[in-house]
Amino acid sequence: MEQEKSAAQANAHKGVWIFAEQRHGQLISTAYELLNVGRRLASDLNAELSAVLIGHKVAEHAQALIEHGADRVFVHDHPMLENFLEEVYSRLLCELIQKAPPDKFLLPASILGRSVAARTAVEARTGLAADCTELSIRKDSGLLNAVRPAFGGNLLATILCENSRPEMATVRPMAFGRAQRVAGRQGEVVVVKVEPERFKTRTRFVQFVREDSGEQDIASCDKVVSGGRGLGASKGFDLIREFAHTLGAAVGASRATVDAGWIPYRHQVGLTGRTVRPKLYFACGISGQIQHLAGMSSSEVIVAINTDPEAPMMKLATFSIEGDLYEVVPAIIGELKHRRGDAVTHNSTNSN
Amino acid sequence: MPLNIVVCVKLTPSTANIEIDPATGSLRREKMSFAINPFDEYAVEEGVRLKERIPGSWVGALSLGAPDSEAALRESIARGVDEAFLISGPAFEGSDTFATGYALAMGIKKIAQIKGRVDLVICAKQTNDSDTGQVGPAVAAWLGWPGISFVKKVEEVSDKFLRLHRMMEDGYDVIEADLPAVIAVLKEINEPRLASLKGKMAAKKAAIPRWGAAELGVDESKIGRRGSPCAVAQQAAPPARPQGHRIQGGSPQEKAKQLVEKLQELKLI
Ligand SMILES: Cc1cc2nc3c(=O)[nH]c(=O)nc-3n(C[C@H](O)[C@H](O)[C@H](O)COP(=O)(O)OP(=O)(O)OC[C@H]3O[C@@H](n4cnc5c(N)ncnc54)[C@H](O)[C@@H]3O)c2cc1C
Repeated sequence: MEQEKSAAQANAHKGVWIFAEQRHGQLISTAYELLNVGRRLASDLNAELSAVLIGHKVAEHAQALIEHGADRVFVHDHPMLENFLEEVYSRLLCELIQKAPPDKFLLPASILGRSVAARTAVEARTGLAADCTELSIRKDSGLLNAVRPAFGGNLLATILCENSRPEMATVRPMAFGRAQRVAGRQGEVVVVKVEPERFKTRTRFVQFVREDSGEQDIASCDKVVSGGRGLGASKGFDLIREFAHTLGAAVGASRATVDAGWIPYRHQVGLTGRTVRPKLYFACGISGQIQHLAGMSSSEVIVAINTDPEAPMMKLATFSIEGDLYEVVPAIIGELKHRRGDAVTHNSTNSN
Repeated sequence: MPLNIVVCVKLTPSTANIEIDPATGSLRREKMSFAINPFDEYAVEEGVRLKERIPGSWVGALSLGAPDSEAALRESIARGVDEAFLISGPAFEGSDTFATGYALAMGIKKIAQIKGRVDLVICAKQTNDSDTGQVGPAVAAWLGWPGISFVKKVEEVSDKFLRLHRMMEDGYDVIEADLPAVIAVLKEINEPRLASLKGKMAAKKAAIPRWGAAELGVDESKIGRRGSPCAVAQQAAPPARPQGHRIQGGSPQEKAKQLVEKLQELKLI
């Protein structure tokens, strides 16, 4: 893009922003991950970190954002912002970008984040790197080095947005640790005036229908236990759920089981499903076809349980156990409970 | 009233055979086979289903890409699309999602001129190659139309509005959008049917107009490499995972014990 305009632009654009997504009035865990990486980028640039909050009755979260590293919080609080509408949220973000132009802007690669970021980037006439897993500042230019997996994780691409500002990126949940809390940390809260009359909104929120019955979401849980066709039948997921519950993990699935109707689509991991990056991924009865790997191969530790020692997942895994999952999984659950039982008796002697 | 629907499709590498040059870290395109982006099959099917739901409707397919992208368009026709259009030319090369969204939006405007209007644009959630999921919302932004992504069901459709289910992390939102609108759909939305014999015949015979930058009347500063705010500075194969460890042992209990010990050492549990 044109050089002259860009140089001037880059000078006027200051600081790092993160989008602090809230869901049902609560900050999502990725918001804290963004504060962590955003703080690091801001320090490298010797710049300020701001958080942008949109919702209804969310102002109370401003202090939490400041205590986790934000120097400033822009609060948009209005009843019409309670639920997510792409049009409305992107309008607000664009207007804020125009008023107080940032240099970098990170959003979560959540459903909301991925939708709103792409619209906002076009409206703000700037570039957006999708679903990044590594972010750093280039020493020479101060540009954002945005590294992201493409081709189902088979390629890592470094994306640069040289001449437009802000440089925007969505960030994969779990790609960064959470920011530490510093109690009593001070910052500025900027309440942005929201005037709904100005919006000619052509989308309407009707209602939200909960489907997860309080389960953890696969994308934002640090442990995922997935079941595959090796479960043999839909009731096999009872065992997977029990296992996940014991571990405090979310339940994932291969496409074969989703297509068979054993579990809803939101649990599907992989190319045509969702991407996860937990610390611990259990693949139970999953062969590990490339399309499944696309959704989980960046997990830190992978455990495979499979009757077939030659299955690709067994070769990829950090730890692999050859065996029938119906024998191995109950044995692991038993072992976990046993140890926890031990731990409880230990602790009880020196508890307060 | 009937609807005019446009589905955006792309020709992408078939997933099973991604080849990366170890020296340069870039894709060996010449070694790969290409097909319609697997996600697009759901977008095409949804377009055809909506057309069937509202008699007299029309559904077209639009692609931006090299001339061989025609294959994805012919596949769309085989699956029930009425007509197809290709945006192609050297000026579009190197387009990122910003520039792609612009070019597709200009293509949709041109189709609207030809057909009188376009009411609905359907994109897939993402492609299997660059995998951004950004093009649907970008097209909506360039057109200035409402955009809804992660759509898993079209509950109701009229010539005025759509009622949709949008997947969220913990359930789904029911959203209404006035037409014209752009939606990006998930795999969950339907089960694509196979191409019919009649469809295959139509696909073979179809004349597919090819529009370059001039025919589309695009602002050339918004397309191709020059019009793209983002550029790929580097591509590399991801670091190899460390060699795995096979848990040995006799009984499942013994194996379980060993595994749990290892995971505890790593402070994972
Ligand atoms: C375009 C495209 C997109 C796709 N997208 C996805 C996607 O997003 N996600 C996805 O998962 N797949 C996807 N697939 C499908 C993918 O190729 C595989 O078909 C799918 O992942 C297989 O699921 P699975 O591993 O559960 O089943 P299988 O491949 O059938 O493997 C079952 C495994 O279980 C083992 N097993 C059997 N019984 C037991 C037992 N009692 N105990 C332990 N192990 C046992 C077997 O040895 C085998 O390894 C896609 C395919 C295509 C073409």
